[in-house]
Amino acid sequence: MSATGMRLRGLVRKEFLQIVRDPSSIAIAFVMPVALLLLFGYGLSLDVERVPVALVVESPSADTADFVASLRGSRYFAPAAVPGMPQAERALLEGRVDAIVRLRADFAARERSARGAPVQLVVNGIDANTARLVEGYMDGALTAWMMRRAAENGRSFAPPVDVEHRVWFNADVRSRNFLVPGLMVVIMTLTGALLTAMVMAREWERGTMEALIVTPVGIGEILLGKLIPYFVLGIGGMLLSVAMARWLFAVPLTGSFWLLLATSAVFMLVALGMGLLISSVARIQFVAGQVALITTFLPAFLLSGFIFEIGNMPRVVQAITHLFAARYFVAIVTTLFLAGDIWSVIVPNTLVLALMAVIFLGLTRLKTRKRLD
Amino acid sequence: MWGRVLALVVKEFITLLKEGRSREVLIVPPLIQLLVFGYAASYDLKHVPYALYNEDPGPGARRLAAMLRGSSSFHEAARVSSIGEVAPLVDARKVLVVLHIDARFTRDLLAGRPARVQLIVDGRNSNTALIAVGYLRQIVQRFDAQWATEHALPAPPAALETRAWFNPNLESRWFFLPGIIGILTLLITMVITALSVAREREQGTFDQLLVTPMRPVEILLGKALPGFIIGIVEASAITLIAVLWFGIPLLGSLAALYTGLALFLLSAVGVGLMISSLAVTQQQGLLGAFLFMVPAVILSGFATPIANMPAAIQLITLIDPLRYFLVILRKVFLEGAPAAQLVHQFWPMALIGLASMAAAGWLFRHRMY
Repeated sequence: MSATGMRLRGLVRKEFLQIVRDPSSIAIAFVMPVALLLLFGYGLSLDVERVPVALVVESPSADTADFVASLRGSRYFAPAAVPGMPQAERALLEGRVDAIVRLRADFAARERSARGAPVQLVVNGIDANTARLVEGYMDGALTAWMMRRAAENGRSFAPPVDVEHRVWFNADVRSRNFLVPGLMVVIMTLTGALLTAMVMAREWERGTMEALIVTPVGIGEILLGKLIPYFVLGIGGMLLSVAMARWLFAVPLTGSFWLLLATSAVFMLVALGMGLLISSVARIQFVAGQVALITTFLPAFLLSGFIFEIGNMPRVVQAITHLFAARYFVAIVTTLFLAGDIWSVIVPNTLVLALMAVIFLGLTRLKTRKRLD
Repeated sequence: MWGRVLALVVKEFITLLKEGRSREVLIVPPLIQLLVFGYAASYDLKHVPYALYNEDPGPGARRLAAMLRGSSSFHEAARVSSIGEVAPLVDARKVLVVLHIDARFTRDLLAGRPARVQLIVDGRNSNTALIAVGYLRQIVQRFDAQWATEHALPAPPAALETRAWFNPNLESRWFFLPGIIGILTLLITMVITALSVAREREQGTFDQLLVTPMRPVEILLGKALPGFIIGIVEASAITLIAVLWFGIPLLGSLAALYTGLALFLLSAVGVGLMISSLAVTQQQGLLGAFLFMVPAVILSGFATPIANMPAAIQLITLIDPLRYFLVILRKVFLEGAPAAQLVHQFWPMALIGLASMAAAGWLFRHRMY
């Protein structure tokens, strides 16, 4: 075995021993992904179901009873009858219901008039997204009810245009199908950066870096010695997450597993490289930890396109998202899981990730010198 | 007693602010993050790229296409003339939606038969997909209404009239920005507190602190006050930016807001110190900070409603102080809720704060190596 190989093996062995002795690295690599994915995979959902709705029927009749029955049958709503608007408004204010549906006293009469009867919907607009979904579902429920009634009465009622929508890649529109792969990216970003953010700073702070400097070990070898063990850990954690996504959360893996593994390896290099860079620039664990807290989680959560669409952001913010690796990996992962091996998405994004890995590791190499300043 | 606490507070401030990098870390990023995240966090869609696949040369299709082009929510990114061109566009994420107008569209419209329009949507983000479909359906409804009046068709027997309280235009930024204030406040307090005890333990200075005449309560106060003070100052700055720059209405009273902020900081500082005194090394402290902060943010109801979560997870959110603070922020900002209405958000945070502070103080003496 060459001298480099020997030295590298020694460093890797030392790092592994350190990992085993302080279980927090193992916790970061394995316990954290499992715990977080479990919690969020079940916890996060944008699918609105059984929204509590206050129902005010001002003068009950056969027509209104029919409409109420059709609302009760819908899986999107959990309607509760309320005697009047004041009570309904209080329930909305106190957050006991998310919406009020009001059928006025003249509903039955106006329904037969030329201009039609208004159905009043009051939503709590604070959660605008839920409010919009509720409005959409209510509109759908109303249209379905009118069409059914028209058919029963032998009349035909249909809006002039019939819109049929098909959702590709996620036919039953389960938000979990994109949230779980997106969460995997957030969690891998955290694991990667957390694993390495402290390690170089720790050596500097404890003075063991000085000891390393006087040995024949080269800087490249020191860095590789840090990179290899944590890379192995990180990939282990990633495999665990993929298995959970696939079998526990039943997210279909449409694309190839090997492609997912290969792109994950590139991404893991970026995440670890970023941690190493923070660590070598900061040189103090305290500061390295602070920087890692600030630069990893929230950008990966908010700027990666995992929840918030990047195309909607102002141009300046879109430009900023290009600085975060999570953005590219989210595109790759959601495509591989839901859409398949689409090269026009995977190749460019992987190339950028590879470039980022080179930059981060190269900068780390430049910033780490065998010198005491 | 207060003299000793003050001395420790001064020392903590010096450690936090002396180091140039640490000072920058505390002050600059939260403000930048507010600006960046404030613009990033929104579910409202603008300029959705779509492709038009129109097989109908008639005036009906032309008008529908024109209405779509005139909408600010959509942006025509491509025209398609055969079904084979659709998949590559959607696959490569060049377009989010394809609107396919059937060749018989105008003929069916004139004959009073349902005229077919097909939407193909990229479901890789199913939330975005649903929102885009909703927008398109609204445009089609406007088209329907125009067509019906022009051709004297009977109006539908009932129609929905929607009113949205507290946020009439349903702008989701109004929902997210108060949330970001809460998240950034949590981030700042974690950055200040989570490593502070762990660092002293690792460097051995905590043992020295323990043999001084300072009682654990005094050490606790000395460690907690800097986080509390910096938290108040930065949260105020962030709130000011949210109101003045982003124009989020602040309808409620500052008293309600600051009561909530003080209790939230109590609980966040408490949890941070508890993590810090549980950790033996700074690495463990950092891990603890993440293990608390990531779930605290994701399960707080910030991006996805707590009501959508399964019952077991909803139980877990009860110990998340951010959950209560977000409710307070949103209610005070947008509803103008008075403090009296928020009591049920106040007391759980006070409880979490006191319990975690007590645990941290206990751990000071009982976790020694």
